[in-house]
Amino acid sequence: MKKFSLRYLLLGFFVLFTTQFAYAEGGEGKEFDATEMIMHHVQDSHEWHFFTTTDENGKEHHVSMPLPIILYTYDRGIQIFSSANFHNEGKVYDGFVMDHEHIYYDNGSGQARTDGNGDKIAPIDLSITKNVVSMMIAMTILLVIFLSVAGAYKKREGQAPKGLQSFIEPLVVFIKDDIAVPNIGEKKYAKYLPYLLTVFFFVWVNNLLGLIPTGANASGSISFTFTLAAITGLIVNLSGNKTYWGHIFAPPVPPLLWIIMIPVEILGIISKPFALMIRLFANITAGHIIILSLLSFIFIFKSVFVGIPVSIFVVIMNFLELFVAFLQAYVFTLLSALYIGLATEEHHHEHEVEHHK
Amino acid sequence: MELITPNIGLIFWTTLVFLVVLFALTKFAWKPIVSAIQERDASIEKALKSAEEAKAEMAKLNSSNQLLLREAQGEKDKILKEAKQIADKMIADAKEKAQVEADKEIAKAKDAIQNEKKIALAEVKSQVAALSVSIAEKLLKKELQNKDSQTALVYDFLKDTKFN
Repeated sequence: MKKFSLRYLLLGFFVLFTTQFAYAEGGEGKEFDATEMIMHHVQDSHEWHFFTTTDENGKEHHVSMPLPIILYTYDRGIQIFSSANFHNEGKVYDGFVMDHEHIYYDNGSGQARTDGNGDKIAPIDLSITKNVVSMMIAMTILLVIFLSVAGAYKKREGQAPKGLQSFIEPLVVFIKDDIAVPNIGEKKYAKYLPYLLTVFFFVWVNNLLGLIPTGANASGSISFTFTLAAITGLIVNLSGNKTYWGHIFAPPVPPLLWIIMIPVEILGIISKPFALMIRLFANITAGHIIILSLLSFIFIFKSVFVGIPVSIFVVIMNFLELFVAFLQAYVFTLLSALYIGLATEEHHHEHEVEHHK
Repeated sequence: MELITPNIGLIFWTTLVFLVVLFALTKFAWKPIVSAIQERDASIEKALKSAEEAKAEMAKLNSSNQLLLREAQGEKDKILKEAKQIADKMIADAKEKAQVEADKEIAKAKDAIQNEKKIALAEVKSQVAALSVSIAEKLLKKELQNKDSQTALVYDFLKDTKFN
């Protein structure tokens, strides 16, 4: 029964939105633009596009799932409607206009309203976009898997792991014994272990979902990596002890050098999560861009001699990306643990201090 | 630029989804899973330790058994040795006693023989004396049938007999 619950949940997700499957009509067969195609695929979208068919008249039909648009406006409060409403010629609906996945206030003639400086004015866009749906699927997968595994631990207390348990357990033990304990220390790791486990599996599952064709690129979006990096940054700085702050505001160097060192150390507070953000974003997005670029060759050259080797490369790249998906989740978790460990370290030995410089 | 500009809506949803996952998994998954793994690890460690202890106990028991066995062996050897000694002594005693008895018997027999011999010798002596007397009587009777011969004999006797 448990096995099927995930399937039903996913099915439910789709049924919810597919009731109003949209068949938008695009322009006539345009010249293939690789850059546009790639950017379209790695960026977020207000609808989930599956595929495009071209009929005998050369007209394109987009098969996509519309997603809810949620806008916070300054004058009308929260507005919720389906993204299918923008499937019209000027992409205008109810006083809003959509331009390249950005929603602005309509100025009355199908154009974005501008302020005095000529900047477009936009409502706060809290839409359930493709990336959000993908994250929610990841959340569902994580909850179903881990709640059932936790149930198995309760039911099979003291026994050897079985089934899904034996897949999850080595990973949990690995994160506990090889990431949390060595970096944070035997005494303090337990407090941070739930965060590290969650961040690892959350990033990993989102990375994997991004590899599914037609899937979203949630973990390759800067907003996603920004949020996780910011949470790690918050945890690091909130759990920073006297040694950590002392290191920043009174570095163990001659006081004259403090003029240089203190700004550098303060910059370090920002640069650590910043590096986390960029690393995950760049690795995942770059992987997607490589695969999409390789696939673009097929459409540019339209030749068997290009198509076959390119397809082989794409398969190889996909395997590489499967590895990268795990690796980046591991790296993110490892560095989070390392930063937490540095912030909670009890006392520095002199040689260690030199080492960090 | 679009690609690297954080989007407020996505940040909001990522935060929300992540925090929901974090709290739900922390409460319902990580705590039970990690504590179950730790408990099992502890119980496995305990089981291994007790197995090790049992092994040591066994070895100790085994060595004490060995000791006991060796002691018993020694005891047995001692008992056997003693028994052999006793038996030897008994045999030696018996032999001695038998020897003494035999000696006594022999001595007794010897005495008896001696007595018999004495008696027999006395018999023989008396017989010989009687015989001698009778022979002498017969000889004398024959010798002294005439006067001459009697006188001759007396003379003969006298000749042999010295007078002091």
